[in-house]
Amino acid sequence: MPSNVSYGQKASWGLTLAAWGGLLFLHVPILIIFLYTLTPDETTYTFPLPGITFKWFGVALQRADLWRALTLSLQVAAVATIVALVLGTLAAAAVYRSQFFGREAVSFLLVLPIALPGIVTGIALRTTIGSLEIPFSYWTIVVGHATFCVVVVYNNVLARFRRMQGSQIEASMDLGANSFQTFRYVIFPNIATALLAGGMLAFALSFDEVIVTTFTAGQQTTLPIWIFSQLTRPRDRPVTNVVAMFVMLITFLPIFFAQKITAQSADTEGGSK
Amino acid sequence: MLQRLSTFLYQRPRLVLALLLGPPMLYMVVVYLGSLFILLINSFYYLEEFTGLIVREFTLRTYAQIFEPANRDIFVRTAGMAAAVTVADALIAFPLGYYIAKFASPRLKTWLIIAVTLPLWSSYLVRVYAWKLILAQEGILSWFINLLHLDGALNWLLSLPGIGGSSLALSPIGMFIVFVYIWLPYMIIPIQTALERVPASLLEASSDLGARPFQTFRTVILPLAFPGVVAGSIFTFSLTLGDFIVPLSLGNSKFFIGQAVYSYQGTAGNIPLAAAMTMGPVVIMIIYLLIARKLGAFDAL
Repeated sequence: MPSNVSYGQKASWGLTLAAWGGLLFLHVPILIIFLYTLTPDETTYTFPLPGITFKWFGVALQRADLWRALTLSLQVAAVATIVALVLGTLAAAAVYRSQFFGREAVSFLLVLPIALPGIVTGIALRTTIGSLEIPFSYWTIVVGHATFCVVVVYNNVLARFRRMQGSQIEASMDLGANSFQTFRYVIFPNIATALLAGGMLAFALSFDEVIVTTFTAGQQTTLPIWIFSQLTRPRDRPVTNVVAMFVMLITFLPIFFAQKITAQSADTEGGSK
Repeated sequence: MLQRLSTFLYQRPRLVLALLLGPPMLYMVVVYLGSLFILLINSFYYLEEFTGLIVREFTLRTYAQIFEPANRDIFVRTAGMAAAVTVADALIAFPLGYYIAKFASPRLKTWLIIAVTLPLWSSYLVRVYAWKLILAQEGILSWFINLLHLDGALNWLLSLPGIGGSSLALSPIGMFIVFVYIWLPYMIIPIQTALERVPASLLEASSDLGARPFQTFRTVILPLAFPGVVAGSIFTFSLTLGDFIVPLSLGNSKFFIGQAVYSYQGTAGNIPLAAAMTMGPVVIMIIYLLIARKLGAFDAL
């Protein structure tokens, strides 16, 4: 239990230990995957590693099924992000600039896909696709992803709007700019980094989403679905290690920069995924 | 031309609002709410056992199936796991959130917040996969336990009925560890946010009035941080309730809700039962959210 409570004092060693222990617990497991990409062992997860090899990186690069899955995931994430950017920004602008009946309901509706367990969204879309006899396609995946990506952009952009000086817009109008010019020269530069941060988070979210995708992909394989199939029925353990590390790194960068951007502009999104 | 359009729109704020709000609302209402509605309707249909066809007429028969012992056990098991995970996450997250909010220097704080938020967004699936490696029978955790000569304790733990299993990688204990790990950031951030808002003057006042540090912690800090804990628990509880990846990867033959839904809609082709089962977490979460709102959790989000 902590012995110091007032701000500015040093934390007790017990608290410090518990805090850093929690932090290690959050991050060490990922490093274990990095370690295992080097194992020569194909059939088990033996530790300590029986040796060191770099051949699995080469093997993974040769796999056509992985390239197909990666391409599909990137395409889906790109389109879902664009849809989320457009819809999220529109909704944020509407909620920011006007008071209207049901304004609270808008936020609620947008946050619902991430507040409810992912399986609800997944099975709901699956049932709809089945009932309306829509064939599974690239677009069924995109539509599913966009539902939960919109709120990410919405939160980021709305937070930025709220910190923006309303007087800037008035000044722009007073100086004779029309609405489109005001948007182009005043509003857009203000929200640009929020769009970037929201877009990157939406991309990362879509790129490694698996729960909703399982229900909307049909027979198609995105990269997360490929990993999931390896989780339940491991066939290519070493290659899976390499893919897992790759996915971690490719999502790390956009998330890290999005966090930096939001930390710098002191927005407080991210608390609710 | 643009000038005229701009003026035209400026004079009609309701039209602008409709143009802004229209596309996102249309999308969310038609695609999302529409799907939820179709899901709800399907939960009132039923699967004819002999023909394997879905009968599209209103019945409560499918809901009655939920209360059969096998399905009821699934609900109890899942809710129990969700509750255990929530408590464990709160215990681990509190010191970290407290440390970040009240003791870390501003520079360290920025880095710690990023370190805690990163796993929130980063690949959930890969993080589950990491534990598959760690918990494997021949893996690093077993090696470590061997090193400490604790195999006896582990075997005893795994022999316990209800939570044990053949190995850590195939037991409720393993699932519990992975769930705690996966949802931990969702608990840390609301707790940290709630503690951030506790003014330093309040703590000074408490100690000026003669409270010992532990008393201040128990009577001032803990009650003020509680809404944050409840806010975090919304996520840990809800996410555990609906997850099927962890049970499918690390569980045994004893089903969890998400897993049951997954298999009913898949191989069994029983969409009505899958739909009705899904309503379980939805109802539980609605009740949970109502209680959480009473406890002031929404202010801490």
